[in-house]
Amino acid sequence: MLESTIQFILAGLTSGAIYALVGLGFTIIYNASHVINFAQGEFIVIGGMSTVALVAAGLPLPVAIVLATLVTMVVGLALARFAIQPAKDADVVALIIITIGASIFLRGIVQVVFGKDIHSLPHFSGETPLNLMGATLMPQSLWVMGISAALILVMAWFFNATLAGKAMLATAYNALAARLMGVDTKWVLLSAFALSALLGAVGGIVVTPITFVSYESGIMLGLKGFSAAVLGGLGNGIGAVAGGLILGVVEAMSAGYISSAYKDAIAFIIILVVLVARPNGLFGKKGIDRV
Amino acid sequence: MSLLKVTNLTKSFGGVSAIRDLSFTIEAGTIHSIIGPNGAGKTTLFNLITGVYTPSSGSVRFDDREIGGVEPHKLAALGMNRTFQNLQIFHNMSAVENVMVGAHLHVQKGLAHSLLRLPSLVRSEVETRKHCWELMDFVGLGQYRDAEASAMSYGALKRLEIARALAAKPKLLLLDEPAAGLNDTETREVDEVIKRIAGQGVTVVLVEHDMKMVMGISDHILVLDYGAKLAEGTPAEIRSNPDVIAAYLGNVG
Amino acid sequence: MSAFLQRHRGLLILAACIVLLPLAVQNDYHYDVLINAGLNAIVVVGLNLLIGYAGQISLGHAAFFGLGAYASAILTTTYGWHSLAAMGAGMAGVGVLAYVVARPILRLKGHYLAMATLGIGIIISIVLNTEAHITGGPDGMSAAPFSVFGYTFQSEKSWYWLVGGCLLAAVWLSSNLIDSPIGRALRALHGAEVGARVVGIDTTHYKVLIFVISAIFASFAGSLFAHHTPTVTPSILGFIKSVEFVVMAVFGGMASVMGSVVGAVIMTLLPNLLASIEDYEPIILGAIMMGTMIFMPKGLVPTIAKMLRRKEAP
Repeated sequence: MLESTIQFILAGLTSGAIYALVGLGFTIIYNASHVINFAQGEFIVIGGMSTVALVAAGLPLPVAIVLATLVTMVVGLALARFAIQPAKDADVVALIIITIGASIFLRGIVQVVFGKDIHSLPHFSGETPLNLMGATLMPQSLWVMGISAALILVMAWFFNATLAGKAMLATAYNALAARLMGVDTKWVLLSAFALSALLGAVGGIVVTPITFVSYESGIMLGLKGFSAAVLGGLGNGIGAVAGGLILGVVEAMSAGYISSAYKDAIAFIIILVVLVARPNGLFGKKGIDRV
Repeated sequence: MSLLKVTNLTKSFGGVSAIRDLSFTIEAGTIHSIIGPNGAGKTTLFNLITGVYTPSSGSVRFDDREIGGVEPHKLAALGMNRTFQNLQIFHNMSAVENVMVGAHLHVQKGLAHSLLRLPSLVRSEVETRKHCWELMDFVGLGQYRDAEASAMSYGALKRLEIARALAAKPKLLLLDEPAAGLNDTETREVDEVIKRIAGQGVTVVLVEHDMKMVMGISDHILVLDYGAKLAEGTPAEIRSNPDVIAAYLGNVG
Repeated sequence: MSAFLQRHRGLLILAACIVLLPLAVQNDYHYDVLINAGLNAIVVVGLNLLIGYAGQISLGHAAFFGLGAYASAILTTTYGWHSLAAMGAGMAGVGVLAYVVARPILRLKGHYLAMATLGIGIIISIVLNTEAHITGGPDGMSAAPFSVFGYTFQSEKSWYWLVGGCLLAAVWLSSNLIDSPIGRALRALHGAEVGARVVGIDTTHYKVLIFVISAIFASFAGSLFAHHTPTVTPSILGFIKSVEFVVMAVFGGMASVMGSVVGAVIMTLLPNLLASIEDYEPIILGAIMMGTMIFMPKGLVPTIAKMLRRKEAP
């Protein structure tokens, strides 16, 4: 009983780490532009797929990873430049449609470039399971959790200790004031997309050996990451990370104890309950209509 | 009996009190003004009275009924209506449709009637439109009968909001800076409109910066400073009140 | 009579198109595509009341379409109900469900509302996928033939006239609704929600009302779809299908009844026209979504209407 619980928690933390990365990506872009980037899940797919292709082309894994991450960041920049910037003043519904359009567009490109097959990568350090209090853990899960934690810490450092990061936060808080203080908000938007593409790509690469990747896998991952961000309260980075981990663990628990068919449904039921009880997320601030 | 009775009203936003322990009454059938420097809490007070905000403590009674925290649409049904400093115009509709929305409480609006466009609905619509055109004439917007709201000037939209509020047939009408941003001619026109509204027995409360207008049309003035009452009385009393002169009129010069 | 012509110009043009189109139709496949376009149009006309007029997004409307379809399929086959009774039961059930979920979620705004509607759609789709003993699971199921007062709709041609008539009715009802106090209330809460509340509009009530009405439109079209299609499968109510409905509304024109019809027809025909380059379909769909919002945010029909008006004006 205890072993299986630990087993589910470990599985949950592994997928939760990815949800956290995607959720953080949503948050960074939301803060920079108040856009919800529904194409966030495609960054994962592009990261994973490009790595698979580059490895297949004979490149060593580390080189492939770096190149694939760069490719994804370029896609993120292009998205910001050609789809988001021209529609900056559009309303929420329009922006939602643009980014959903972008995700379908990118999914189509991935499907044409890489095909419809499911791909995988070799585990980074073998497939001998580790034993943890009676539960087994694949070394790749440690990679996922470790890399995610490292990326989250780097992001925390970037936003709190560097000038560029602070400029981005200032823009999130008050774009006009930031502009008046000399922050180039166009640059902030581009950086935000590049950063969240990076988070998505790396997350996608480390998780591909476990979950595999296909052109379609971005849809659910993107929605789960969005759920993580909403759960934590949109715009709250720590909230998104916490939301991702909570979502991952609850999902794994319900898959284990209730029904694996309803695993995905349970994630969305949690979101609905949280939204209805706390319309601004678990850690979000209450908004007020100004007239 | 007073139409509106505010007792010990307080509203705080995150520890900052925008309205502090405020009490006053408004008698039916008069023109009242609420004045005070920027940030004195005038608009917050309006939002509290009209149900947009919920009071932190204290009571607001309208027509001898407690209304603190009651939703705005219910207040409208009780006979209270307002306009907005920053305008809440429906830019996606025509001018007369804006006014017709104001008449919503009093028109035929059954679902089946609407879906099937039954004759009683058509009759009600024709009458409502005619009545709303009259209201537009009443506030001096006769030439905008067929205009789209998005094509109207700021000054015209201010009066369109007044017409919209009147369409709801209020007992109490609150006007948030009806003359702000208007030129002298337009201000005089609004002035006349307000007097005519009061002449029809509607109690008017306005927040206004234009002192000439306030002193000219008000029966009673309430002066706010930092969310609390500084003074109240007739225009003559306010003009000679030393606190008001020191805190407010003196600064304006 | 001329007032009627004036008021229903769009409706009359649509009726003329529906009557004349069969002259250009050569085979059953063409009819099939047009029937699906018409069914989509009914959903989108309803959805546009919610999105375009009331300004509330829904990324879960395919679920209501799907529930209507499954209600008809299950009730007419497993339980042997009459097709109209099954359709009515589906609409009533969907209406009740929409009412129950709408009250809490329509307090949410923007992204949160998008998330909530999307979540509801996905939950419903997972349930229908999983409960295979009732729904046939991923393999799907078929409905009994559609019959009304003893007449059974079999030929594609009879279905064409049925769906065409239903679409005209949907357009007529929607146009009436928009040009009524209820329609004004919806447009008002979209334009300035606080302003609407202060003049006496119970905005929550109207948001819920229009959510329920649009869900019932979707359920109605779903029921017809179930009788017409060979098999009802869960793919008709997934997230992607919900997005497609939204795209049809947006592309054709938000806050435009005729725009809904045009958007639905074009977006239904497009994949058939592009059948030879099927692999590029998502790329084109995505590009249309982005391009419409960036270059033509009001959508096709309102943009063209504006251009025509400008030409008429001196």
